Amino acid sequence: MVQINGKMEKASGVCLLDYLTQAGYNLVGIAVERNEEIVSKADYDKVFLEEGDVVEVVSFVGGGSR
Amino acid sequence: MADTFTLGGKEFSSRFILGSGKYSMELIRAAVEQAEAQIITLAVRRTNTKENENILDYIPENVTLLPNTSGARNAKEAVRIARMAREIGCGDFVKVEIMRDSKYLLPDNQETILATKMLADEGFVVLPYMYPDLYAARALEEAGAAAIMPLAAPIGSNKGLATKEFIQILIDETDLPVIVDAGIGRPSQACEAMEMGAAAIMANTAIATAKDVPAMAEAFKNAIIAGRKGYLAGIGRVLERGASASDPLTGFLRD
Repeated sequence: MVQINGKMEKASGVCLLDYLTQAGYNLVGIAVERNEEIVSKADYDKVFLEEGDVVEVVSFVGGGSR
Repeated sequence: MADTFTLGGKEFSSRFILGSGKYSMELIRAAVEQAEAQIITLAVRRTNTKENENILDYIPENVTLLPNTSGARNAKEAVRIARMAREIGCGDFVKVEIMRDSKYLLPDNQETILATKMLADEGFVVLPYMYPDLYAARALEEAGAAAIMPLAAPIGSNKGLATKEFIQILIDETDLPVIVDAGIGRPSQACEAMEMGAAAIMANTAIATAKDVPAMAEAFKNAIIAGRKGYLAGIGRVLERGASASDPLTGFLRD
């Protein structure tokens, strides 16, 4: 299992680019962090998710101060 | 000569930094246009794949994005959020916001100094949200901050310049631009902060909670321009007591 944005998903062994595309993420305007390290956009197709990975997919939302 | 100020090598003529929280995306564009803001703050959050609306589509292209690190409780989390924000690909400006207190949302100056140092070393243009303390301001300057953003009053309170005396000290005693952030609730308060010599004003809730968002954005714009002009003109003196006539003291009809 891989933890993605707080949810456990069966994504071990899946290419990050394939996962993001299939899950319906708009690749423009997002950033991905894997195990607290930034994954650069150019590497999405080279990264394969591993058992126990913790992934965050973020984008901008309206905000001033919390 | 144009009256501009510089952050991270970028020159800005607008001294109004607009927050984009608490109102709809349609209103963001109208507010930015009415405010003539050149900098707008954003937050970074987990993406919801079902939400196809991208806030970036509602922000004019010439506007500089200032992502904040809201949600960070310490320097390490703020650095993570800042790196993610930069990876989204809209520049390297970041507003460091670190708070552990959830009642008053007061910034943790110690952690903010640590995060500012780490991020400035990584090439970010760092604008730290801070409690107006002179020693913290000096440490932030030393850490490589591009400006400091002291709070006027607790975030979202619309209470105005509760920390006025201490912000004045920061303006007088540090070389960094001082951007008054948080708590400014009315145009008159933004104007007053600018008269004190603030470099810029950041506002969000005051605009977002107004009945007419674009109109309030415009009111703030005008107040900030007026306050800045007043500061540059040099505010007139205040008498301790008594009066000083402004009319000629000779040539009265009874003479």
